[in-house]
Amino acid sequence: MTNNEKKQLQITACKVRMGVIESTHGAKAGHPGGSLSAADLFTYLYFKEMNVDPQNPKWEDRDRFVLSKGHTAPGLYAALANRGFFPVEDLPKLRHIDSYLQGHPNMNTVPGVDMSTGSLGQGISCAAGMALGLKHQGKSARVYTLLGDGEIQEGQVWEAMMLASHYKLDNFCVIIDNNGLQIDGNVADVMSPYPIGDKLAAFGFYVLHIDGHNFDQIESALNEAKTVKGQPTAIIMKTVKGKDVSFMENNAGWHGKAPNDAEYEQAMNELKAILAELEGK
Amino acid sequence: MADVKKIATRDSYGKALTELGAEHDNLVVLDADLAGATKTAVFKKAFPDRHFDCGIAEANMVCVAAGLSTTGLVPFASSFAMFAAGRAFEQVRNSIGYPHLNVKIGATHGGISVGEDGASHQCCEDFALMRSIPGMVVMSPADDVEARAMVKAAYEYEGPVYMRFGRAAVPVVHEEGAPFQIGKGEILRDGSDIAIIANGLMVYEALVAAEELAKDGINAMVINMATIKPLDEELVLAAAKKCGKIVTCEEHSVIGGLGEAVCSVLAEKQPTLVKRIGVNDEFGHSGPAAALLKQFGLSAEHIVEVVKSMV
Repeated sequence: MTNNEKKQLQITACKVRMGVIESTHGAKAGHPGGSLSAADLFTYLYFKEMNVDPQNPKWEDRDRFVLSKGHTAPGLYAALANRGFFPVEDLPKLRHIDSYLQGHPNMNTVPGVDMSTGSLGQGISCAAGMALGLKHQGKSARVYTLLGDGEIQEGQVWEAMMLASHYKLDNFCVIIDNNGLQIDGNVADVMSPYPIGDKLAAFGFYVLHIDGHNFDQIESALNEAKTVKGQPTAIIMKTVKGKDVSFMENNAGWHGKAPNDAEYEQAMNELKAILAELEGK
Repeated sequence: MADVKKIATRDSYGKALTELGAEHDNLVVLDADLAGATKTAVFKKAFPDRHFDCGIAEANMVCVAAGLSTTGLVPFASSFAMFAAGRAFEQVRNSIGYPHLNVKIGATHGGISVGEDGASHQCCEDFALMRSIPGMVVMSPADDVEARAMVKAAYEYEGPVYMRFGRAAVPVVHEEGAPFQIGKGEILRDGSDIAIIANGLMVYEALVAAEELAKDGINAMVINMATIKPLDEELVLAAAKKCGKIVTCEEHSVIGGLGEAVCSVLAEKQPTLVKRIGVNDEFGHSGPAAALLKQFGLSAEHIVEVVKSMV
């Protein structure tokens, strides 16, 4: 990609992060940490990679994305809103009573959400089913799913991995957000999933390791995944939980906590400074 | 009713899927290493490219079915009731029920008539579990004719459906081609002294019991309530008004199934004396199906006893 394209993606990712802060602050609840760690991926998928139409969210030939780590809905919603699926101004209504922006993704209320998720380990199975269904019908659309590194402690995840490999779902791309933290602390301390790459390779995946905040690496991994035939691809992306909000970075305490008014101000000021620098102001 | 033909409704399931599969390319079947037992192997033989074995991983299978349904296919996910409704309950709730996806669950080996495998495989809780999920249709056919019609109705219906089939061969009580409608019960025998509301293999037992009761001058209405949810409340209320007493019969725990569904309607709209025949909050055990059914009171004889205690 050109430097200008990359800068545009960085600008968008910063706006997505602002949306995460706006929405979790508005909700007085939610999961900012893992939304921020995945913000660059959400941005790349919805602004560069995926064939989607905000005017026709249910278009049958679209690429699909399933947020298996459904609690990071604020990140997905912010990306969808910035992409034009619904107004950015609605983000602070997250989790409000009667809001269509449910705490976890709801495919029947939120335009652009391809699967209702939230109960960890289920999204990847649903996504594998989508990939199987699309492949069975000879469609070229691809299916992406994002899992947390803590989420892969769920046994069902490995049932899904087996199935994806068994049915040679080369239209299926599993992405692991390896920010290293879950609610109770370091994933390595709570219940180590490591070595993640070796396990996925043993389950029949074509495995790639990238820096999840580097758009060049995200692009090359997703492009490489499209060239892989006869097996699914897994991209393990190393990320920083709470990325770009100084006091949230690498802090498990920000897994599922909303910023208060003072924290909101500070977070937004930090993100505005990043945005201003990117926009050369 | 001595010489009735007997067919296991799991056989009906496999047969109906295969017939439907010939008509509809978008029908796909999933199984979890039990295709021989659930009878989806019959479908697999006819349409190998539309049968997806998911291995011994029911939780995954149910969610894969959810994903398949979002691509325009109509998946029938199949396993034993214990695993489809029990093991995969939360997956059915969150990935099929909550998004209200067009997935059909074909659960075979329901109830204690599973027989020799014993309590671990005798699911008497599936109606209760599936009923508790908003928007879920829950059904259990009385016989082969109804089972096949039910599978076809489930395909035509848009939304999540749970169907329970049996392992053991059961008498066929319907004429071939008998109409079937989701959410509608049927009066198989009219009567005015008491109404017996049954489903599954208990429908035949109820009919036999009614004949016995008639010999003693007790005129029992027999209702086949194949759809447990949504319940045919109108028919339940009409039966209560006409007969004044009700017995429910199901091969399921007395907790949470047809009996409680009937009681809930009557308690609020037409208080009526009800006795529930079912598995009385206990686990089953190994044994031949027929012996178990008799031992657990899931028999015409027991229905007669209960009715006589009420009229």
